[in-house]
Amino acid sequence: MNKPVLIDPALRTAVQRRSLLRGSLSLGALSLLGGCDITDGDTVQAALHAISRWNDRVQAFLFSESNMAREYNASEVAKEMRYNAYYGEKDVVPIDAGTYRLGLSGLIADKQPWTVEKLLALPRKIQRTRHVCVEGWSYIGQWSGVPLGDFLRHIGADTNAKYVGFQCADGYYEGIDMPTALHPQTIMAVTAGDEILPAKFGFPLKIRIPTKLGFKNPKWVTAIYVTNTQPRGFWSDRGYNWFSGI
Amino acid sequence: MSETMPEEQRHSALARLAHWTQAAAIVIMIGSGWRIYDNVPIFPFEFPYWITLGGDKYLATTTSNDWGTGNAIAWHFAGMWLLLIGFGLFVLNGVLTGHFWRDFLPLTPRTFLRDFIAAATFKLAHRLGEYNAVQKAFYWGVMFAILMMFASGLAIWKPVQLGWLTWLFGGFPAARVVHFIFMSAIVAFMAVHVMLVILVPKTFVAMTLGRATHSPSVPHE
Repeated sequence: MNKPVLIDPALRTAVQRRSLLRGSLSLGALSLLGGCDITDGDTVQAALHAISRWNDRVQAFLFSESNMAREYNASEVAKEMRYNAYYGEKDVVPIDAGTYRLGLSGLIADKQPWTVEKLLALPRKIQRTRHVCVEGWSYIGQWSGVPLGDFLRHIGADTNAKYVGFQCADGYYEGIDMPTALHPQTIMAVTAGDEILPAKFGFPLKIRIPTKLGFKNPKWVTAIYVTNTQPRGFWSDRGYNWFSGI
Repeated sequence: MSETMPEEQRHSALARLAHWTQAAAIVIMIGSGWRIYDNVPIFPFEFPYWITLGGDKYLATTTSNDWGTGNAIAWHFAGMWLLLIGFGLFVLNGVLTGHFWRDFLPLTPRTFLRDFIAAATFKLAHRLGEYNAVQKAFYWGVMFAILMMFASGLAIWKPVQLGWLTWLFGGFPAARVVHFIFMSAIVAFMAVHVMLVILVPKTFVAMTLGRATHSPSVPHE
């Protein structure tokens, strides 16, 4: 998601201009009565959050391990993948392959960190699936990597635990439910298209989850942990639904 | 003075609850839907910010790093349950009490055309408690549109778990367009619906208090 980060002066002018529109009879005007938007109040937001948590449970119920995301042909893959993060492309800080380590923690038996070399040596499964952004745009991309479930079993993770969490080099963080982590199409992607993950698409490690919205697919992953406490997510901390399955 | 029967319109408490629940839900769904649409518009236009739902978007740039899209999505997925409840009650009431068959039928292309022409030339009389063929067609039409909103909405929400449904709509991007088209149909219905209520305000009394009467001294048009 390309998101504005700071309020610029033009926006501030727009805020002032907005007050002129407040008199109009509209849904927006109703909620803006009193100079600030009452729908931003604690009570309304708490109610929306509670319903969002209920929707997490509904989505977990709708999720089935045997439902596969549709796989496409090589000819259907988009020529150019769309860059997205919570900051612009020019602010991407490439990760140094030599010093990179994938940390493992939580309910995992073998917490030995992994190097890029070891990650690239893992068997890879190719997938061509549709990346669906919460904003509505989508594209068909191609990734390859070892299924996360196979990796978790390989390192002796407790797959009866409830969640798997991820930390990223850019401060991003995400987490998913264990059934999704064990889904055969959830992979630890080390390639995109026909090449090793480019810096802007998450080198050296992206978790590709075609059963989740795009923002639940973390890039530049530096740590994986297994836990029974629901991991927080960068966007769910900003009002987006946590489960966000598709 | 003619022998015109006094007109009466009655709506049961259940029918009124179903109507107003749907009305509130549809306003929430459309307001938040427009904010979500504006984030990545499908067509070369945006809805004016002040008419959309999703909180103060300038505040959101600081608190949520977005334009209130996350907030709007939270509204949308809360409103969907309200709409499901309202629509469910409406259909339940319509089927169980016979309201659908009694008031929305019979309906034939011939009566529709006759009443449509009469309405278009402002010659169609409105009798409280009776629906003309155009109204009947509109009510079936809006029910179908709401059903299609649920179906296309589910196809967008769950393109993997309900992949067959998304496929029926021609894929994910096409399902978004279908969702937009039936939203437009509902907005058009609401515009006509509200305009007619303004022309015959007693229908609003009936839908709010449950009963309205009209004893015409002269047959009105």
